[in-house]
Amino acid sequence: MTEWLPWLILLPLLWATAAFLLGPGRGARLAIGTTAVQLALAFALAFELGSGSGAPVHRVGGWGAPLGIDLVADGLSALILILTQLVALPLFVYARIYFAAAAPAWFWPLAGFLVAGMNALVLSADLFNLYVTLEIVGLAAVGLVAMGGTAGQLAAALRYLLATLVGSGMYLLGVALVYGSYGTVSIATLTPLVSAGAPLAVWFAGGLLLIGLMVKTALFPFHGWLPPAHGGAPAPVSALVSALVVKASFYLILRLWLGPFAAMAEVAAALPAVLGAAAILWGSWRAVRAQRLKALVAWSTVAQVGYLFLIFPLLGADQLALHAGGMQVLAHGLAKAAMFASVGVLIQATGRDAVAGVAGVAACLPLTLFAFGLAGVTLMGLPPSGGFLAKWLLIEAALLRGRWDMVIVVFAGGLLAATYVFRVLQQAFLATPGGEALRVDRRRLATLEWTAFALAVASILVGLRGMEILRLLGVGA
Amino acid sequence: MSVNEVLPLAVIASSLVPGLLIFALPEHRVGLRTTLNLFGAVVKLLLVAVLLLGIAGGEEYAFRYAVLPGIDLAFHADAFALLFVTLSAVLWLLTTVYAIGYLEGSPFRSRFFGFFSLCVTATMGIAMAANLFTFFVFYELLTLATFPLVVHRGTPQALRGGRIYLAYTLVGGTLLLTGIVWLNALVGPADFAHGGVLAGVDGLPAWQLQAIFALLIAGLGVKAAIVPLHGWLPQAMVAPAPVSALLHAVAVVKAGAFGVLRVVYGTYGVEFAAALQLLAPLAVAAAITIVWGSLRALFQDDLKRRLAYSTVSQVSYIVLGAALAGPMGTVGGLVHLVHQGLMKITLFFCAGNYAETLGIHKVSEMDGAGRRMPLTTIAFTIGALGMMGAPLTAGAISKAWLGDGATAAGMDWVMAVLWISSLLNAAYFLPILWRAWFRPMPATWPEEGIPASGCRETAWLLLLPPLATAVITLGTGVLSEWPGSPLDWARLIAQREYP
Amino acid sequence: MSTGLIFACVGVVLFAMGMAGVLLLEHLLRRILAFNLMGSGAFLVMVGFAQRMDVPDPVPQAMVLTGIVVAVAATALALALARRLHALTGKYTLPPAADD
Repeated sequence: MTEWLPWLILLPLLWATAAFLLGPGRGARLAIGTTAVQLALAFALAFELGSGSGAPVHRVGGWGAPLGIDLVADGLSALILILTQLVALPLFVYARIYFAAAAPAWFWPLAGFLVAGMNALVLSADLFNLYVTLEIVGLAAVGLVAMGGTAGQLAAALRYLLATLVGSGMYLLGVALVYGSYGTVSIATLTPLVSAGAPLAVWFAGGLLLIGLMVKTALFPFHGWLPPAHGGAPAPVSALVSALVVKASFYLILRLWLGPFAAMAEVAAALPAVLGAAAILWGSWRAVRAQRLKALVAWSTVAQVGYLFLIFPLLGADQLALHAGGMQVLAHGLAKAAMFASVGVLIQATGRDAVAGVAGVAACLPLTLFAFGLAGVTLMGLPPSGGFLAKWLLIEAALLRGRWDMVIVVFAGGLLAATYVFRVLQQAFLATPGGEALRVDRRRLATLEWTAFALAVASILVGLRGMEILRLLGVGA
Repeated sequence: MSVNEVLPLAVIASSLVPGLLIFALPEHRVGLRTTLNLFGAVVKLLLVAVLLLGIAGGEEYAFRYAVLPGIDLAFHADAFALLFVTLSAVLWLLTTVYAIGYLEGSPFRSRFFGFFSLCVTATMGIAMAANLFTFFVFYELLTLATFPLVVHRGTPQALRGGRIYLAYTLVGGTLLLTGIVWLNALVGPADFAHGGVLAGVDGLPAWQLQAIFALLIAGLGVKAAIVPLHGWLPQAMVAPAPVSALLHAVAVVKAGAFGVLRVVYGTYGVEFAAALQLLAPLAVAAAITIVWGSLRALFQDDLKRRLAYSTVSQVSYIVLGAALAGPMGTVGGLVHLVHQGLMKITLFFCAGNYAETLGIHKVSEMDGAGRRMPLTTIAFTIGALGMMGAPLTAGAISKAWLGDGATAAGMDWVMAVLWISSLLNAAYFLPILWRAWFRPMPATWPEEGIPASGCRETAWLLLLPPLATAVITLGTGVLSEWPGSPLDWARLIAQREYP
Repeated sequence: MSTGLIFACVGVVLFAMGMAGVLLLEHLLRRILAFNLMGSGAFLVMVGFAQRMDVPDPVPQAMVLTGIVVAVAATALALALARRLHALTGKYTLPPAADD
């Protein structure tokens, strides 16, 4: 099995390069086919981990740390791997049809590098390699966001680029300080060293790492770059970056928090939670006020990222908060991809990106609306969805520690989410005057509708497979 | 999996699967859709019959599936669950027949029947839920599946009704979830059990249990339309008549009332709840709701709104029955769960018939309706008399048991409430009957539509369901002592609750 | 104070200046240059801070080389975007964000 690990990185690199060589707009089938293989590999990895054979390690080129690079997989990384391929596969099918009319030149190579970066990130075991993979993901995402080529999209991409570069710059400085202090960047080696004693430089490094990654995760108040970038890109791109890219940096925060910086993290645990609560309330409120559909969904991402940060003060021996975080990453990734995908259909069918514009689509695009609604159920945290299990675990963890303030924030966020989701849904049910049906090309839209629907159903089904997911999360943790 | 595990699932699947299939059907496949609908409803009835026989013979039907560590999606078809399941299954069949006639030729029927079946599925899940987690899952599913039905017509009023409905039910769901998770954090996961589960746990702080009870009842009270949480129900009357009939007279409000009973009997236990001083406030809330709902009903000219306020009032009889904390009150509350459903659905069917055939939406337009539509009006009369508690109707049985329960509990003021309510019921129903039977017919009706197929009165599909429920209402009243009657079944449940 | 530590301190100062530039300046080209300053600061820290014993450590040098490659790629992307934006709007500043 460990021989397979590098293939999760190599395969997307290979098809991305091939798509680049094939020329603008080419490579869709290759991407879809190979991503299916990657998905199978990710599941195979999860099954192997689940069977209790321990965390596989692959030494690239046979060198081994510290000079070489180690690839390591545990339950958390397997979960993110599955999420990445599971989101990417339907979205690629979607994108192939979506871009069929006017193919932006380099979607496929950029998407391939994005996936390769994601996979490499979760398999990396040292801080510097993580930096490189973070940059691969970030630069590919910026390229995707800029792909539309309008002034607004370019400005959004530049804003995003500068924010992500500041974030990774801080991360890099932090890595430099850590290496200077301990002479290693391997997470596994660092963990006992840091807990044995941390000089001032390491505290400083920890702060830099945390804040840099928060910027990249678009946690309030560093979220300013996200809504224009995610809300302005073409639908498949928005879906991809909103579902996956912010999770990459969050994954890394979690890794560091639970690993090397565990001892120091206790001091700062309140900070991410306070910012997360602010993100939930502010992001949801802006989503409620948004006039454009994609802006609404993008602001919802700002809010949903906030839930991920609520878990930090609640992390503890009972694992409830960690489980909540893992479940939320998975559920939100699938639901947000489904939501952007269905919004893409709505925009194509109505011809405008406006909440007011969806009036009457319940009559002609029921499946898309259903997908939007199911994704919304997950975001609201209503049963029987993955979002519900995440919320349940989070509230239980908060109650066991007497954190009523968090319970209130979670519920307020859920109700605000219901407000913005149902704003769209009820507008869609509005009978259009004259009852004229929107003119839509059914055949072309069918694929888009069904892929969006499949993603939404997946986000619901996560709620019924809670036991497996939590068992997987427990491997190697 | 054994048969006893599969059966509860099959009861749920018998409406879920047809519902999902119907979503996928194109609009014009009327025949196939009707077949699927009726097939599902009949299969469900047969399954329920099997369950009823088994439970009377002491069989256990349960199924569980672990969702989170220690948290199960669990179903248990006990006698109490079956009371609600049977009611919903029977009324689903009749309402489906009615809805097929009612919606003939209107758009979006696949969507309508799809969500309709989902609502019934949710109701089944609520009825058979073996713990609060499962109950909550289906409780919220019911909220979600009802919303598209409330806004079905797509008019601005419908959207407004839908918005208000959601605002109430989602906030209610939030309160309920808070209570459930808090309880779970306090005592761990626990299934409903006869006599409650909390009494046996030592060292629980009373104030927390009281606060949790308040949260749970507030959350359930929204759907059960306990004053002041009832505001959504009259607004939701913009929905088509079959929705008002099944969902807002039976499924949704009953889900709330049923949940209150589950919490009181299954989680806290009547004696423990009484010891915590929880039942007296509940009785007061129910009494206020009973009187207030009836008072508001008096002043409604819109027929469906008058019926809606009547529902607000009548559903709290069920809650009141539980709050009386004695076997006779329990029987009264349980049997009213069934009786109120039968009577109210009859009334809503009839209101739908008046609106569809003659365009009558208001009480003031009812003059002479009895001569134009005698059979419908006979059914309406039976339902209305039942609501007043007239002798020989189902309503009389409920009120008699509730009254005995109040006397046994030494709560004489409850008797007064019951009397006031009966008088108010008469005050808002008798004028309707008088207008329908004894006032002359107007020269023209507001909007007379000749039914495509049917007798002179209206379409057969619209006429038969209210007649059937009216006959059942009479039957449950007259034959209440027969084995297998709702009263008989309610006494069986009460026996198990008070051994 | 050893040479390495002096390098590291200068690096931190450069980093801070660069970051202030990225955040506070308006002209895109200046912001991109400021980002490069930031990167250079981090590289100086990396090489300098790790070099407290007089033996040179190859690992941070390899890291810095990789970091430079990443920085060059990011700079190239930023420049390409900025040029395109200039071609479309005639300006080298970011227009105010329209985010809802």
